[in-house]
Amino acid sequence: MINLEVPRKFAELVRLAQQAAAEVFRPISRKYDLAEHSYPRELDMFAAIVDGMRASGRGSGAGVVGARRAPTSTTGADPVRNGTNLSSVLSIIEMSWGDVGLLLAMPRQGLGNAAIASLGTAQQRNRFAGKWAAMAITEPSCGSDSAAITTTARLDGDHYVLTGEKIFVTAGQRADAVVVWATLDRARGRAAIKPFIVEKGTPGLTVVGCEDKLGIRASDTATLHLAGCRVPTENLLGTPEIDEIEQGFAGVMQTFDNTRPLVAAMAAGVARAALELTRALLRDAGVEVDYARPPHTQHAAAAALLALESDWEAAYLLTLRAAWLADNGRPNSLQASMAKAKAGRVATDITLQCVELAGAVGYGERELLEKWARDAKILDIFEGTQQIQQLVIARRLLGKTSAELK
Amino acid sequence: MVTRQDGGRRRRDPLGVGMARRLAAPVRPPAAPGGDLFDLTPTEDQRMMQQIAAEFAAEQLRPAAAEADAHCHGPVGLLEKSAELGLTMIGVPERLGGAGSERSQVTNVLVAEALAHGDMGLAVACLAPAAVSTALTLWGDEHQQATYLPPFVGNDVPAAALAILEPRPLFDPAQPRTAARRTARGGYTLDGVKSLVPRAADAELFVVAAAVPDEGPALFVIESDTLGLTVEPEPAMGLRAAGMGRLVLDGLRLPATARLGDDDDSGAGYAECVALARLGWCALAVGTAQAVLDHVIPYVNQRHAFGEPISHRQSVAFAVADMAIELDGMRLVTYRAAARAAQGRPFAREVALARRLCSHHGMAIGNHGVQLLGGHGYVKEQPVQRWYRDLRAVGLMEGGMLV
Repeated sequence: MINLEVPRKFAELVRLAQQAAAEVFRPISRKYDLAEHSYPRELDMFAAIVDGMRASGRGSGAGVVGARRAPTSTTGADPVRNGTNLSSVLSIIEMSWGDVGLLLAMPRQGLGNAAIASLGTAQQRNRFAGKWAAMAITEPSCGSDSAAITTTARLDGDHYVLTGEKIFVTAGQRADAVVVWATLDRARGRAAIKPFIVEKGTPGLTVVGCEDKLGIRASDTATLHLAGCRVPTENLLGTPEIDEIEQGFAGVMQTFDNTRPLVAAMAAGVARAALELTRALLRDAGVEVDYARPPHTQHAAAAALLALESDWEAAYLLTLRAAWLADNGRPNSLQASMAKAKAGRVATDITLQCVELAGAVGYGERELLEKWARDAKILDIFEGTQQIQQLVIARRLLGKTSAELK
Repeated sequence: MVTRQDGGRRRRDPLGVGMARRLAAPVRPPAAPGGDLFDLTPTEDQRMMQQIAAEFAAEQLRPAAAEADAHCHGPVGLLEKSAELGLTMIGVPERLGGAGSERSQVTNVLVAEALAHGDMGLAVACLAPAAVSTALTLWGDEHQQATYLPPFVGNDVPAAALAILEPRPLFDPAQPRTAARRTARGGYTLDGVKSLVPRAADAELFVVAAAVPDEGPALFVIESDTLGLTVEPEPAMGLRAAGMGRLVLDGLRLPATARLGDDDDSGAGYAECVALARLGWCALAVGTAQAVLDHVIPYVNQRHAFGEPISHRQSVAFAVADMAIELDGMRLVTYRAAARAAQGRPFAREVALARRLCSHHGMAIGNHGVQLLGGHGYVKEQPVQRWYRDLRAVGLMEGGMLV
């Protein structure tokens, strides 16, 4: 039955996430934007509460570890499910409304955690429960083209030996472990690329430094060095075989089907914050949107806000759809990329336009609008840039391989 | 000016008194259940209606579209055949002789979308009478329902149309210039012009928006042979198959009973009518935009330039990706608005958002469609130029449709 409202069973989770965003994140939002590289200690207690909620089952789906595909439906006649993918995107929207930089700085909520949750065996999920895991894909000479990864993993007895350099690792400094993408055989291309869980303290792993960034400055972005770093074979996520047909790279890329809706949710959260504040500021200035009247008969600022809100609504529902498909064990690569593409670009567009609509108030540091416009930009870049999403979507729709549509 | 061809019209008891079964109170469809899950799965009944409409669109509407566009009229017999789909029955409760059991905006949206995939102009022509039967169901009093609904749930559905739009820039349906002045004898006198009314020339019944001085806008039921009503053809950029025309109301006199709904309630009913009409146009935009995408994908894969399919170029492929992204956004927001409307929840916000998306991105999809076919997109051999013209209507139409 077609219904696009948030189910009642998630109302409490959404309320709690909204409360935390308003009471924990917002008050320290500007502080850690200005104090880049200093750890937001206020998050420790909050992260413990989130862990406790999850352990008690009360906060099921609070955070990234809810992003795990349900078993594939075989009969097609299963009852519809609203599960942890949906509750995760809902809670991430709320938290990102508070501060997306702080959300990314949340202990034990890294993208590595999402990878372990979606690709790991039950044993691996248990072993790394309670650990904060970052994700390391990008290298100095390869970004979007993750098949060009040069970091190597060489099997040596019951260990893999990892060597290479990783950049732009979100939470790479603060995390307890890093999911490092490395190739087992550079000659075998993408099928040989595998994710390995590397724990901090492993000899050979060093954090070289952190970036100064445009936004999300509460979150550390590290450069990592791996010099003959030995990790046990049971730290490999997925299968060790280099299988060109099935498992290999495609299996790894499947992580993105689960994490892209989460990034889309972050974009929806930041953009909603900007829309809400701008709406309030415009109301104080005597401008309100009237949903019944044609936009062209209203104040230009009201018409602009309506247009922004409509694109927001599309991004929001595309995000919920991608999560809903995953909850119901249905393929969602295409829809995850659509959500990411739409949410990433509209979040940038909305936050930038809100700065302009609010004038000096929007541009100055007394309000958070200018910060959100800086924060939002990363959401159209990481976990696959806008252009990568477009490639994924276009190849699917047109039935093209990556060799045909480059 | 079109001369009404009464000789060629079907004879009927215009007031339908013979069939009327008057009830003590108007019958309204109850709110649809919403369930308590986020879900994008249509019900079995909806899927069936969707499929029937899709088949009709593919087999009847699409093949007839080019000629109907050229002649500003659907082929003889097609609109009668469309009545067999039961389009005017869906929203009418069983107690009034219809097939509905609850508010039917989701079903109506799915059906309109499916029909528009065949052709938007013909879809509007097919759905125009349903706008009137739905208006009577949702806002008519027991007399109006008993008087006018029976033919819409019978075997011989009359042409009919909902007229709100007026011919001027910045038209706001909340402030129609068409006036309905109360007369000393308790009736109304209507003066004004209604624009882009589908099937204007052959409609037997209109529901027309007019402002009652000091009271606000209201809807009036007007039989087409009422003195003071003339119909002029109004061919436009697109939607030509819908046979659009202007209604000129000049000192047209109506009894008090012609005003739809209770006098007190008409404000809320009128606002809902405007919103449901806009929602209908969103559904048409979604179906038409899907037709564009479905046409463009095989074309860019087959068309070669510089030794390979043009779809191997990012500038082409990314345009296709954008069309698909925006189309799905349009569809989801339209569905959300429809589901809220069916469930009896407030839906003004969602309709406004859907309308802006469908107007803006729907037009962009139509524009891409022509551009990606290049010169071939610009000539009438290909349907994309028609979709381009049709999609421009979505953001400016008021009335004409109702879901």
